[in-house]
Amino acid sequence: MKKIKQSFFIIALLLLCSKSALADHLEQISSACDLKTLDGKPALALQELRGKVVYIDFWASWCPPCVKSFPFLNQLEHDMKEQGVHVIGVNLDEKVKDAEEFLTKHPAHFSIVADPAKTCAKVLEVMAMPTSFIIDKKGNIRHVHQGFRPGETEELRALLAQLVMENP
Amino acid sequence: MFTPSSMKLTRNAAIAFAFTLLFGMMGCANVAPWERGNLAKPQMDIDPHPLQTEMQSHNYSSREAAPSHKSSAGGGGCGCY
Repeated sequence: MKKIKQSFFIIALLLLCSKSALADHLEQISSACDLKTLDGKPALALQELRGKVVYIDFWASWCPPCVKSFPFLNQLEHDMKEQGVHVIGVNLDEKVKDAEEFLTKHPAHFSIVADPAKTCAKVLEVMAMPTSFIIDKKGNIRHVHQGFRPGETEELRALLAQLVMENP
Repeated sequence: MFTPSSMKLTRNAAIAFAFTLLFGMMGCANVAPWERGNLAKPQMDIDPHPLQTEMQSHNYSSREAAPSHKSSAGGGGCGCY
């Protein structure tokens, strides 16, 4: 009987630990990520975005679906900024010049940062280009989206609209 | 002094060394998604000019009484599809 009680206690403790470990993706990502602006200055800390719904999109200049995703991201920023959605494009190009050329051809109306050391991409285990992460107001990753196909935008919009309605 | 057993041992060691060397020289490596910029360039494609290849292949196969290069049936030499 004592053993059963003990094992219950251990399980409860483990659950508590795992919950606290999972509770805050944003904090973990923020401490691991070393985001910079394209000209190499320190960029925003992700933790400052707590309380907002954050859409982080990892992109590169050589990736054709990224080109297609930019109008959607611009539209998203335009439509949902007021509601508390913050769109961030994290560039993963090896040469900053490539990213700059891309941005002159395809202007971005949302925040653009770079991840020169690729720390953020490694922590978030980015497996494809582009990959988007949707983080809720509490700082938890709620959705990971790989690639970009125009038909999937409605689903993403619906999820964002739902997350915006949630209480922080 | 070389005995048959020591010779066998040396040969096995040489084979083991050769295998290790071969495995070590394999060019396989994991390429992270953000390192695929050069691989994504059009000139890195297996067939960088598909239209040109198609035309060349068409011209090459369009000979007198030859079938189209994409057809298993015989042709009249026009190289038609």
